[in-house]
Amino acid sequence: MCADPDTLSSFWWMTCYLTTGKHLGLYWAFGTVLLLLAITAPAALMFGFGGAMAARSNFLPLQWFGKAYMSIVRGVPDIAFFLFFVIALDQAFEWTRHKVLCPDWDQPIRQGNDFVVCDAAKLPLSTAPQYIHEIYGFALAVLTFAIVFGAFAASVLYGGMRAVPRGQIETAEAYGMSHRQSFRRILVPQMWVYALPGLSNLWMVLIKATPLLFLLGVPDIVYWAKELGGTKTPQFTSFPHGDWRMWYFLFLLVFYLAFTKVSEVVLDRLMKRLTHGQATTGGEAQRRAQV
Amino acid sequence: MTCWETINAYAFRAIGFGERQLPSTDFTLCQQFTLIGSGMIWNIYFGLISLLTGFFLATLLALGKGSENPVIRKPSEWFIFVFRGSPLFIQFFFGYFLFLSLKSQYSFFDPFTSAWLGAAVVLFLNTSAYSAEIFYGALQAIPRGDVDAADAYGLAGWKRFRRIIWPTSLRLAWPAYTNEAIFLFHSTTLVFFSGFPASQQMGDALYYASYFADKTFNPFIPYPILAMYFILMTLTIIGIFGIVNLRLNRHLPNDRRGRMKFRMQVIR
Repeated sequence: MCADPDTLSSFWWMTCYLTTGKHLGLYWAFGTVLLLLAITAPAALMFGFGGAMAARSNFLPLQWFGKAYMSIVRGVPDIAFFLFFVIALDQAFEWTRHKVLCPDWDQPIRQGNDFVVCDAAKLPLSTAPQYIHEIYGFALAVLTFAIVFGAFAASVLYGGMRAVPRGQIETAEAYGMSHRQSFRRILVPQMWVYALPGLSNLWMVLIKATPLLFLLGVPDIVYWAKELGGTKTPQFTSFPHGDWRMWYFLFLLVFYLAFTKVSEVVLDRLMKRLTHGQATTGGEAQRRAQV
Repeated sequence: MTCWETINAYAFRAIGFGERQLPSTDFTLCQQFTLIGSGMIWNIYFGLISLLTGFFLATLLALGKGSENPVIRKPSEWFIFVFRGSPLFIQFFFGYFLFLSLKSQYSFFDPFTSAWLGAAVVLFLNTSAYSAEIFYGALQAIPRGDVDAADAYGLAGWKRFRRIIWPTSLRLAWPAYTNEAIFLFHSTTLVFFSGFPASQQMGDALYYASYFADKTFNPFIPYPILAMYFILMTLTIIGIFGIVNLRLNRHLPNDRRGRMKFRMQVIR
């Protein structure tokens, strides 16, 4: 039906146009974004938890490491970290593999402006199929996001842990719990309600950071919007059109607005449920409202 | 080339003065420091211009959001929602392509497709929305007693706003606004990665840092240099805003002064 677009009415033309193979690529890219969010959010939370625990540690170097990790993102633009980590991680992996796999390689790895590792250490291997390259690129992006957002999460969770009233820990100690037990049974379950406002803020920020995937070389929605929106001449496509990039980006803008709005509503509900019965101002207000 | 010559050649390269050709082989530390520092001119320009202009629009928007008249309130709320709810990166792209299609209709929009104006406009609107939310919160937090006292003194309307409400809200908003300024400066690095072209390789600090990282395939030198510049700038902002904070609080006893606490509000 879509074979001869010239004969179609504008509605059918649009329908056919929006279901071309490349547009399916765009829709697929929305899946990529959601997948990134689904993997990065828990990963960042884990990194953050590790960072917060390190910052609370009694072992001084570990404490410094945790504090340094939390503060890296304060003074420096995060996008610089994105651009940095993507190359740095890639090189770190290849360097490690090179040391392990090719121990008898005698040339230096950095030769002037080149980074040379033996063939076996390349990531992904040059013989690997295309999809492996894509997965590797995506995995690097996920790791980068997790490191950067882990730093944010660490500082939120650290604040959450510090906000748990001191008396709670003291009570746990009075009951004879060890340091570890009181951490696991008292501190961690209670810190979430204090950390949640920060974490929901972080989730919003994470959503809004997903277009930066484009900078990391993953074909995401920004890439497709640029690609599909550009002027198309009749020579190359049966659906010629002018420069529509503006409309594509307007669509992305609306998509993100809807996404953040929905998240906001859901997180508000979650917050209400979690504050229920807590010894915080919010919990107290809820109790008063019920009476 | 000695380092002094390099500085002479490239210190103002980002705005089109000096050596035209960027270094392409045998990169020295000095070149990287000079060029990335030169790129900072753009970051400072974008940050300053949008901060200064955004301040006024933000004040209007905050008043608008607090207004009881829905004809004023609704548009302000929507403006703030649109710019705070969507990624700045997408806003840049959309702005650029919007200006591009407007340009083909009206020649008035010619300069808007270049970064110095177009990106500045997008940043101005963006920071206005973020600051407006901060100012709105501060306006809501003004102690009832202050307003009552103003009423008792017979202040009303513009005078009451100018003498009591505005200074108080500014004082309350200042720590958060400092934070906003810091992250505004950070987000200026997005400009040249989001559609707006860098003509004749005149770009910002991150543009040059990624140029060096691409050429040398070594991210461990240019990005830390960039980080150093930005940390310096962050400290400068904190210093300047701290002075203003002192002035805003100068009538208060020491223990009631608003403390500068830095929360992250991070990327847009």
